[in-house]
Formats: sequence, C-alpha cells, structure tokens
Amino acid sequence: MPNIVVLVKQVPDTNAKIAVNGGRVDLSAVKMVMSPYDEFAVETALQHREASGGEVTALTVGGAGCDKILKDAKAIGVDRIVRVDAEGEMDSNALQTVLAKAVTELGAEVVYCGKAAADTGAGSTGPGLAERLGWASVSNAIGASFDDGLSVIAPSGAGNAKLNVPLPAVVSCDKGDFKVRKPNVKGIMQAKKASVDIHSIEVPASTVTVTSHSLPPAKPAGKTYDGGAAAAEVAQLLRDEANVL
Amino acid sequence: MTQTIVIAEINNNAVHPSTAELVAAAMAMGDAPTVIVPCTDASVANGAGNMGAGAIIAAKSAAFTHYDAGAWAEALDAVAPQGTLFTGASPQSKDLAARLAARRNLAVIQDAVAIDGNSITSPVYSGKAMQTVSVNGPAVVSVRSNVFPPSSGGATEASVLDTTGNVATSVAEFMARASERLDVGEANIVISGGRGMGSPDNFVHLEAIADTLGAAVGASRAAVDTWEAIPHAMQVGQTGKTVNPSLYIAVGISGAIQHLAGMRSSKYIVAINKDPDAPIFQHADYGIVATWEEALPVLHTAFKTMLG
Repeated sequence: MPNIVVLVKQVPDTNAKIAVNGGRVDLSAVKMVMSPYDEFAVETALQHREASGGEVTALTVGGAGCDKILKDAKAIGVDRIVRVDAEGEMDSNALQTVLAKAVTELGAEVVYCGKAAADTGAGSTGPGLAERLGWASVSNAIGASFDDGLSVIAPSGAGNAKLNVPLPAVVSCDKGDFKVRKPNVKGIMQAKKASVDIHSIEVPASTVTVTSHSLPPAKPAGKTYDGGAAAAEVAQLLRDEANVL
Repeated sequence: MTQTIVIAEINNNAVHPSTAELVAAAMAMGDAPTVIVPCTDASVANGAGNMGAGAIIAAKSAAFTHYDAGAWAEALDAVAPQGTLFTGASPQSKDLAARLAARRNLAVIQDAVAIDGNSITSPVYSGKAMQTVSVNGPAVVSVRSNVFPPSSGGATEASVLDTTGNVATSVAEFMARASERLDVGEANIVISGGRGMGSPDNFVHLEAIADTLGAAVGASRAAVDTWEAIPHAMQVGQTGKTVNPSLYIAVGISGAIQHLAGMRSSKYIVAINKDPDAPIFQHADYGIVATWEEALPVLHTAFKTMLG
C-alpha cells in the first residue's frame, strides 16, 4: 500500500492580470488558487490510492496563506495535508532541497506534481526532486495505470509512449484524458475541520536571486482592415512585409 | 570568464540546428562553450561542427537510445566539465535541465530569452511578465528557441567519450498521437479557432489552410471547453500550450488573457474576428474585422495562389 505524496503550489488565478509596481510583480489584488496542473496531480494520486490502497498526503511549501489550497486538496479527497513553513523567494536548488527532506520525512514511495506551476512555468520541481532522491521520474504524463505496477503515458518523440515506472518515482502530470473530481459537501465539511501538519525545515541559501520584474514590451500597433476581402492583402503582406511564408 | 557547456538538442538522431542558438546564448555569458552531443553513434556529433563551439564532445552511450531523465542526467554529468550548462527549452530538454542541475546541486533557470553576463531574463506568468535574475556561480539554463541568432564558426572536431547511465523506466508500448496533425508546440505556423467558429465541424476550414501552409491547428480554451471534439492537446494558452511560431493566425478568438499568455510571443499575429472591439486586435500585426465565413475562403485562395 503505497505512501503517496502530491505536491501543490499556490499561484495567481490564471485569468488574473499581472501588475508590476516598482520593478516587482504586485500580487496584492490577485486571487490565489491551486496551480491548475496540480489538480491533475491530485486526481492521479487519488486514482492511485483507489487502485492500490495507501494514503495520499498533499504537501506544499509556504506561509500560512497557503493552507487554503491544502484544504482544497483535502476537500477533494486527500488523507493528510502538510505544509513546510517557509516564506520568501527560493531558487530551484533551495526549494528542491526542502522538498526532498519533507518527502523523506513523510516516507513517500511515489510523488505526483503538476507538470509546471502556473507562475514560473518552469517545470523543474518534479525532475529535480527525483534526482535529489535518486528516484526515477517521468514528466508531462497524460495518463497512468496502476494494475501491474505503475505505468504512465507521456510524450515521446512524435507520439506518446506507455512507460513502466519502477517505484520510488516522481511523476509530473499534464492534463489527461480524464475529468478531475470536484469537492462534495462531505469533503468540504471535513476540510474545514482538518488541521495542517506543519514541518520546519532549514532553507539553504539561494544562488539565483530575482533582481527585477517588468511587463513584456508592448507591440507596435498593427494594421486593421474591414471585411473579409482584405484577407488577400494580408496574405500578400505576410509574404512580402513579414516574410513568414 | 564563466566556463560554459551546451547540451546539443537532438531530433531524429541528428543535431538540431537550434543548438547553434544555444552556443550563441552561452557566449552571451562566457567563453565559447564545449558542446556535448548525447548520441549512440558518435558520427552524429559532426552535425555540431560549424557552430563556433570551443570544443565538441560526442557523449556516446546506449542510455541515449530512449529518453530517461535520470539516465541522461547521469551520463551527461559524467562527461560535462564544471561550469554553467545550457539546454534547449523543449519539454524534454527542460526536464533534463532540471535533473542535471539537481545532480550537481545547482539552481536551474528555465526558458531564458535574454542573457547579459550573469543576468538572465525569462517570461513568468506565461509571458504576462518578465523576470530578471542574477546568478551567482554556475547554474543550468534552458534557452527558448527563435530568440538568439544562431552562432557559426569554422569546423571543430569532436572527441568521443563513452559514458553510461542507469535507465530506470522502460517503454512498454509506443502509441500514435490521437491526431496525425502537426503539434501546435512544434509548428512554425499555427492557425487557431475559438468559439467564434460556431461549431467544431467548421475547424475543417482551418485544417484546409493548415495543410496549405504546413501549419498546426490550435484552439482557444473556450473552444476546448465547449466542444468535446476539440481535444486539450490543441489548446493554446496558459493552461494549454505556450507557442512562439513565426506566424499565428487567430480565427474567432476574442483574446482572453489566458489565451494571449500562450501566444503573445509569436513573431507575427493575424486576427480574424467579427467584433471590432475584440481584445485580440490590440495584439495583432494584421487584423481583419470580418466573419470567418467571409475571410477564410479569401485567405485560403490567396495562400494557394502564392504557394501553389
């Protein structure tokens, strides 16, 4: 019965506008949510538990404000919720070191996470964590089955491949061919009462530090035409002016 | 100067030309890099011969037959000098970058679009903002394609180093994609439809143009969420794929922030929408205010005449 950990991260709602003030992103007016790909990771972890038994623990790193997404995971059906209490910017090295310690403390045999967090879009955490633990890893999985050991479907060359994955392993999840379950009333009630286990882990120094944020350069105004007949002229410009055909 | 190393991009058993962009990126930080070519047959490394590399190493191993993140990181770590490593930013290369960095206890910076010494800029929040970081010491950096002008130089001979890595995963079965069409993430031209297409059946008109141009067909999240026939693999946007093709044609797409985040870095953007106030027009190089029924046949005929 595997001990399953799913990593979740709090990020700005993907529909939110991102503002930059004083050379830094300003998230004060932005709604924070669980990163969308983490929802697929939670779903896959719960499917794994249903097939094999065991327990699912949702794990995040952050301040008390991150307890909300842990409660959201609890409402969907995870068994335990754990937060490593640490705030401030960390580079990938510092974050993965902390996660590796936490995953070891939790005694996990398999870790699921989103293919990338919606804020950085980096996708470094899953493979980096696996390397630190000396585990196998597969990234961008779009499906998993648990009947005969863990096997996952992930992109490979021009198509996909079904891969046999020996445990322990870290699997990062893309949107798969399945619906993610939503919390029901019982789950929401349980989540309200659930308490977050707090772990304290020393955060190593970062060698990469953020110096500034900026908005992407604005595009110069384009040309606008009225009516479908203008499409012929646009096609010409794509060849002669833009040189992209 | 910082010692730099480039891990060559490999596609269909050959060095991908974008490797020359990685050499240029490395030179924006330090010396001419050592290019390491993961291969099963050392002759593949000749493909990196004229990119201006300081040295070329053909890293030869049976571990490079199929991609296994742990095995590739182990086999490359064994032959790569110490220093800052550069990889491409395809999903596989970003995965490898993260494992290589962790193996050496280094930080990884993904999706670099500008490098100036130890200062590296990459998009965050799916391109809604740019983040510049300062790097103190060696790191691993993945570099977006189509950003750095490719480096070139005289012929450099490759030296061959045998290496090994412990392959953990095994392929049970290769599966064809659900769609035989070009993937939006890989295409140089993308034509996408939104809910303004009215029905998933009307995507055949986009496919016809895509066939003429050698383009991929994409979709907005609204289209994917509304119509089951439009798979998530086609979705361009923050919760779908981020694309930066030379040409992006948006048809019947209003331009939600979510969608813009996934395609705004395209070199040229054409928007076709019947609503003149659609936000997509603010990001388009060429906007056509018309229904798709009016515009697409004209556009298709023009493309066929030009390219036929």
